Amino acid sequence: MNNEAIKDLIFRIADDELVMGHRNGEWTGLGPIIEEDIAFSSMAQDEIGHAQAFFILLQEHFGQGHPDQVAFTRSADTFRCAQLVEYPIGDYAFSLVRHVLYDTAESIRLEALSRGSFRPLAELAKKLHREERYHFMHAQTWFRQLGNATEEANQRIQAAFDQLYPIAFSLFEPTAFDAALVADDIQPSEAELEAKWVAMIAEIASLSSISIPNVADKTIHYGGRSGMHTIHLDSMLKEMDEVFAIDTQAVW
Amino acid sequence: MLTEAKVWEALEAVKDPEIPVISVVDLGIINGVSVSGDAEVNVKLTPTFAGCPAIGHMKADIIEKLQAIGATQVVVDVLYNEPWSSNKISPKGRLLLKDFGLSPPPPFDGILTLEVLQNAICPNCNSNNTWMMSPFGPTACRAIHHCRNCKETFEQFKPL
Repeated sequence: MNNEAIKDLIFRIADDELVMGHRNGEWTGLGPIIEEDIAFSSMAQDEIGHAQAFFILLQEHFGQGHPDQVAFTRSADTFRCAQLVEYPIGDYAFSLVRHVLYDTAESIRLEALSRGSFRPLAELAKKLHREERYHFMHAQTWFRQLGNATEEANQRIQAAFDQLYPIAFSLFEPTAFDAALVADDIQPSEAELEAKWVAMIAEIASLSSISIPNVADKTIHYGGRSGMHTIHLDSMLKEMDEVFAIDTQAVW
Repeated sequence: MLTEAKVWEALEAVKDPEIPVISVVDLGIINGVSVSGDAEVNVKLTPTFAGCPAIGHMKADIIEKLQAIGATQVVVDVLYNEPWSSNKISPKGRLLLKDFGLSPPPPFDGILTLEVLQNAICPNCNSNNTWMMSPFGPTACRAIHHCRNCKETFEQFKPL
């Protein structure tokens, strides 16, 4: 089994969850209605908790440090998250559409990982996949509701979708470890996961009166998996790490 | 002598800090206990929701309660090999949740369908004429529903 490949994969998933969770947490106190304020805050808590569970796997099986140290003391260029999760929250339409694109991808990935050969990862993925149902249901409900609502609602969702759909391919950026992960039966190739996601998103969009934009070059937003990020990640990390950095040895 | 039965009994006193009426045993998050050597105890715990912030608190409380009955060493392993399901909540636990004002999760077979997620019985008037307002509530394990019968909004312990 290729340990470097599995470690890299877990970092990618954990960093996606951590950064997405932090971004979703930025809705706390600002949601358009109280239920959505609570929903995004609650999903943020789930996602950061999932990141922590993945960091614990890295600590227990791959010699990495304490989850808090790993989460809060790394520079942007060592993060392996996809560029999709880095962008600021924008308006509600932007965050909702990103939530649909991201959680659909996560659901597909966790389902695949739960059948993988590295048991600690498969067991955790199976557990998290069950929790993910709530995120997936929430995403689809609001997307369908707003996509099929007034003309303005549909236009705003469509505009956010046109902007975010091409960026979301960053979630499936291939890495040098793809072949090893397939050979060791850890997860299918990124291309296979992406194909499932494209089909599922097409179905969700059609039920929501949203059309799929043409993506001329899906590699434009690649880079995150090798540490190349948008400018937004660095400023987000500075804010996220600010309190921890005051005293990195503090007991919470 | 410290026996497994005594350990289980002591764990009855460890409550979920967010729902202080229900013990970790009735919640169904203890997958096993063992006592070996000189009163060394191992507890296998599986979280309700992985992101539950109460896990650390419950672990510390388990260690404290077991040391109080004579355990010389307590190890709490957080495991996912036998993941928690809301079906693991005991019948007594369901009654305690309801008395606390939380609708207990409906038992279900295998797959968690949309129907299961949306089905909640009002803890105030026992009506099933309810609708889900949001799958997310004030803690990771709670959803918000509304009762058409008594017009009360209530929280449900989510099925999972």
